[in-house]
Amino acid sequence: MNTALFVTQLVNGLQLGVLLFLVASGLTLVFGILDFVNLAHGVFYMLGAFISASLAALSGSWPLGVMLALPLVALAGAATERLVARPLYGKSHLAQVLATFGLILLADALAMLIWGVEGRTVALPAWLQGRVAAGVVELPVYRLVIIFSGLAVAAALYVWVHHTRFGMLVRAAAANRAMAEALGVDTARLHAVVFILGAVLAGLAGALITPITEASLSMGSDIIIVAFVVIIIGGTGSLKGAFAAAMLVGLVDALGRAWLDDLFKLAFPAEIAETAAPAISAMSIYILMAAILVLRPGGLFPPRARGR
Amino acid sequence: MRKFLATGLVLGMSAVAAFAGEVRIGFVTTLTTPAAVIGRDMVDAAKLAVKNMGGKMAGLDVRLIIEDDGFRPDTGRLKTVKLIKQDKVDFLTGYIWSHVLLASRKPALDAGKFLISANAGPSPLAGKLCNRNFFSASWQNDQIPMAMGEVLNQLGIKSLYLINPNYAAGKNMVSGVSRTFKGKILGKDFTRWGKGAQLDFSAELAKAKASGAQAIFSFYPGKAGAAFIKQFQQAGLDKSMKLFTVYTIDALSLPKFQKAGLKVVLGSQSTHFWSPDMDNPANRKFVSSFRAAYGRYPSFYAAQAYDAINLIRSGVEGARGDLSNTDAIRAAMERADFGSVRGKFTYGNNHFPIQNFYLREVVADADGNWTFKTVKTVLKNHQDPYAKDCPLK
Repeated sequence: MNTALFVTQLVNGLQLGVLLFLVASGLTLVFGILDFVNLAHGVFYMLGAFISASLAALSGSWPLGVMLALPLVALAGAATERLVARPLYGKSHLAQVLATFGLILLADALAMLIWGVEGRTVALPAWLQGRVAAGVVELPVYRLVIIFSGLAVAAALYVWVHHTRFGMLVRAAAANRAMAEALGVDTARLHAVVFILGAVLAGLAGALITPITEASLSMGSDIIIVAFVVIIIGGTGSLKGAFAAAMLVGLVDALGRAWLDDLFKLAFPAEIAETAAPAISAMSIYILMAAILVLRPGGLFPPRARGR
Repeated sequence: MRKFLATGLVLGMSAVAAFAGEVRIGFVTTLTTPAAVIGRDMVDAAKLAVKNMGGKMAGLDVRLIIEDDGFRPDTGRLKTVKLIKQDKVDFLTGYIWSHVLLASRKPALDAGKFLISANAGPSPLAGKLCNRNFFSASWQNDQIPMAMGEVLNQLGIKSLYLINPNYAAGKNMVSGVSRTFKGKILGKDFTRWGKGAQLDFSAELAKAKASGAQAIFSFYPGKAGAAFIKQFQQAGLDKSMKLFTVYTIDALSLPKFQKAGLKVVLGSQSTHFWSPDMDNPANRKFVSSFRAAYGRYPSFYAAQAYDAINLIRSGVEGARGDLSNTDAIRAAMERADFGSVRGKFTYGNNHFPIQNFYLREVVADADGNWTFKTVKTVLKNHQDPYAKDCPLK
């Protein structure tokens, strides 16, 4: 096996994993703490992409576009929380799914009216376009930037949840909301903060992916399914689980795409291997999810107590 | 009272006349999902074609009924059946995607309708599944990559890596370029396509680089194309490998590339059957009226949709407006005598065009807008390789 190719694929897998973590962390917090199924979480991912691309075109600076986009995504998150999510806390999951699915349709149509059907691309500034040599391989700087910024966000989240007073309240509410409320925790404010934080993280992921792919309609619905797979593998409500699962899914996807057809060629004729490999590698993360659920029905790291 | 009745009768009769005197064209294309940008260009061109002919074919009113396939074969088939049963159309056209066209083929042809592809050209329809009522206003999928294979030979490229989407047309692109390319193919990748298509090609690009091939050949229509080209550049492959694409850089993506300042696409070459700078009266009128109406250059998708409507018109006029005379309509369409924007071409036995293919290059026009310029003719009067499998004579 080619070492350079393996290292490149490892980096690609990590980069995908980090982006998935940014989307899934908000989803898992909202699902785990607020017990709210938010199908429309991907909308914030799409908004982050479109708003940052538009602002980058306006200001001529992509990093500035991203910085300015995040508060706007937070605003959209706050409005969504107040108008759609809050009236539905504690209601049936079906009602939440219906409402948030409707929100996806609304957001996609609005994005089509505002930005048109053709999508938006952004070019990276020159200093992010280069590559760095690392031993046998040359890695694109930008992919490393995504990985490190994602890891930094993950570390900050960890410190926030485990070593601050507010994080302690979040954990308390996740473990037993009724008890937390009885002890005088302002859960309404806590919910809003968690929801908006989740929206901003998804928006950041959307803004980060735009220079690699582009901002496009329905990009939110494309990622949300994978994000759900991540939080189910990780154990819903667990940040640690979301992180581990996102990395696992990212690596399985990237390595599967690279080597599955070679693997199949050992057993089947080349033509069958070439056709079957992309189909199977597209399924690989779902196969992984099924396998993990058989062994650990609660996911990798199910949160301990879940009093409702 | 009698006068009133008479007026009613006249009104009623004119209503019947209007109903009978109408050519109904069902247009199935993609209007949702990011691929809607292709569908919009085709619908704009089809409407422009109807407008440029004064809204009439052989004195009959033209009615375009547009349906969205949602980029899915099952939806496309459903919409095709709806157009036949409910709207009672005479012609079915549009069809961007090979898999949508293949799924819609049977209901359309079984109902005795004319089916005219305005883009997709899957190999089965050119070979064993060819039909007397099916026509292509575009090309067979293999032809444009075949022309690209010739270009690669002429440039002295010796080794190639193929990265393409995993669906009917992606397979045809690979078989097409393999037919004419004389060098070695060092590897092939097919990627997930359709709803939820793969947009991160890092894994495939890394493999291509590791293979040591001189060049990459790819086919990524729509939004995947922009992502592919950017990642090719970001991975630093533009320094060590050449990239050759078909249907990937088009008039739909160029303004976006230009806005984002992606200069890497300037000067890039691709093969096609048409280019906006082709110098014939029909094309000059098409390009100038399209730019006047919509403020942008038409894409090749638009050119094909425009031709499809004009092909239908030649059929209707050949039958002198008698839509029940399908033999006369078919005979007239087979002559391909309608002033195509690609210039003169003929139809083969399988109703796919026998036409020239050109090499074209991305350049900036006089106003600085990025567009295409024809470089040279690569294949002359080229027929697709499947025509011999078609039982029609």
